[in-house]
Amino acid sequence: MKTRYTFGGDEHVYVEMDDEMSLDAFFKSLSMSNAVRDANIEGVTEICPANASFQVRFDPDVISPDEIMAKVKELEHKAESAEKRLTTRIVEIPVFYKDPWTHETLMRFRERHQDPNGTDLDYAAKINGFADADAFIEAHHSQPWFVSMVGFVAGLPFLYQLVERDKQLQVPKYLSPRTDTPKQTIGYGGCFSCIYSVRGAGGYQMFGVTPMPIYDPEQKVSHLKDFMVFFKPGDIVKWKPIDRAEYDAVVAAVEDGTYEPRIAEVEFDLDEFNADMRGTNAKMLEALNDA
Amino acid sequence: MTLKIKNPGLATSIQDLGRIGYFHLGIPLGGAMDRYALRAANMLVGNDEGSACLEAVFMGPEIEFTETATVAVTGAQLPIKVDGEVQEAWTSFVVKAGQTLSFDFLQAGARIYIAVSGGITTPEALGSRSTYSIGALGGVEGRAIQAGDELPTGGSEGPGAGRTVPESLRRKPGTPARLRVLPGLYWHRLTDEAGAGFFEDEWKVAPEADRMGYRFKGGRPLEFVDREQPFGAGADPSNIVDGCYSYGSIQVPGGTEPIVLHRDAVSGGGYFTLGAIISADMDLIGQLQPHTPVKFEKVDMTQSLAARKDRKDMLEKIREELG
Repeated sequence: MKTRYTFGGDEHVYVEMDDEMSLDAFFKSLSMSNAVRDANIEGVTEICPANASFQVRFDPDVISPDEIMAKVKELEHKAESAEKRLTTRIVEIPVFYKDPWTHETLMRFRERHQDPNGTDLDYAAKINGFADADAFIEAHHSQPWFVSMVGFVAGLPFLYQLVERDKQLQVPKYLSPRTDTPKQTIGYGGCFSCIYSVRGAGGYQMFGVTPMPIYDPEQKVSHLKDFMVFFKPGDIVKWKPIDRAEYDAVVAAVEDGTYEPRIAEVEFDLDEFNADMRGTNAKMLEALNDA
Repeated sequence: MTLKIKNPGLATSIQDLGRIGYFHLGIPLGGAMDRYALRAANMLVGNDEGSACLEAVFMGPEIEFTETATVAVTGAQLPIKVDGEVQEAWTSFVVKAGQTLSFDFLQAGARIYIAVSGGITTPEALGSRSTYSIGALGGVEGRAIQAGDELPTGGSEGPGAGRTVPESLRRKPGTPARLRVLPGLYWHRLTDEAGAGFFEDEWKVAPEADRMGYRFKGGRPLEFVDREQPFGAGADPSNIVDGCYSYGSIQVPGGTEPIVLHRDAVSGGGYFTLGAIISADMDLIGQLQPHTPVKFEKVDMTQSLAARKDRKDMLEKIREELG
């Protein structure tokens, strides 16, 4: 893992921890971007952690590019020696896999897909060596996920599964992006899952839909009253498969303002996780079940 | 005082200087595509430079005023009329109660900024009135304006007619438009030949050009340095592990058509970027029509900062001019 520093025009410092995805790269980028935030550097306007990189936006009229670059570089040691430990939350996200809305959409854009004769789930199952879509779905929801980045559009989380690299599910993006994706679609591209926070264009494969809103600019939804965006980097997610009846029940609860996502506070320690992945995950899932 | 929208024009939206501090949540910078023109328009009518204005693209709206106000229109050349009487661009004029502001056909440029004394005072969302349509945020219910909308303003009569920005301070792109680029970010993914070709070729603005980004076509496809794609990046050589996108950064999906990300761009994604348009030239992109020829020009950081200072000095001169 070798850190690479570069400028994005005259207003951004861009730091890439590694060119490949790993939890180590993610943790380093998160702790380094936190260190930049804590350093309270005058002239910095945005600090954006991403999967294996982060970006700092600055005002060159306040701080010179060389000066901000030097300050960010100084903080690398701090990030390296920081404990790879996070107090965070695990959230259960209900997912209606094989739902009718993403199915209608994926059929509409079939000519843009690698396998025009199947569904996105059939294709993902096949190329990842699963017997059928249900076996793939099982692998998708049985182990938890890390929110490694929020962005693309408002409040959209990118998620990375907390499993060994050889167990990672990998799926290419559509050959050509769709012009439509239903709101709250569970998507997949590369090694990342995502939740489309709003309806719109998208290139990720579509597996299902969640009834739980994750972005509400009007802040009317009960769990989004305090802030319009639900996710932040470092959140942990457990998908919970649900059927149509449960889907409808959650939609109704969201509408009458009584929906409360299931959330538990957890500690995540990267070294502990690397030593025993399944055990660490089981402990977090237990905390969630007790919530 | 309200502005009654009789005809909204084409994707006319409320914009100010944008939204700071939410990019890490995927909420873009937002704000005027040509922030220089927006600042100038506000100065002409005596507003704070960051007051909310209307940004109209290619076609102007038709607006009835309920009270008298000072108005200025900057940016693209789109002939201005008040009750049919022609008005000067980059110059303040008065619209009286009951009069209608309208526009003729576009002559040059792409976007106009309509400033009204007192500014447009729709509610702020996350510290800005800028409209971000994809996220249904800001503006009027998070969307472009529509016929029948009544936009509230700060209601001052303003400084009146005749204040003007001298011709030399009306910033416009040349022909071909020259856009300066600071190479960086994932520039190393390109072969030396591809990197040189990007600057040698003449490009044209593609029809896909909006507040999210401007696409260019006509140059040679870009070749990538061979490598085994890193884990998580995706199979195409133009793919990277999804990262943040810088304002003004230039991505080239599949190595074919460069896209410059603008005010309402996605905040990140999985395409390599070869560098970014320097901050001083981003306003110029907001004034480019499809099919406009463009040359990208390579600069270093020192030149970028000098250009940034030139733009700032021009704004300062307008401030001095208008007192």
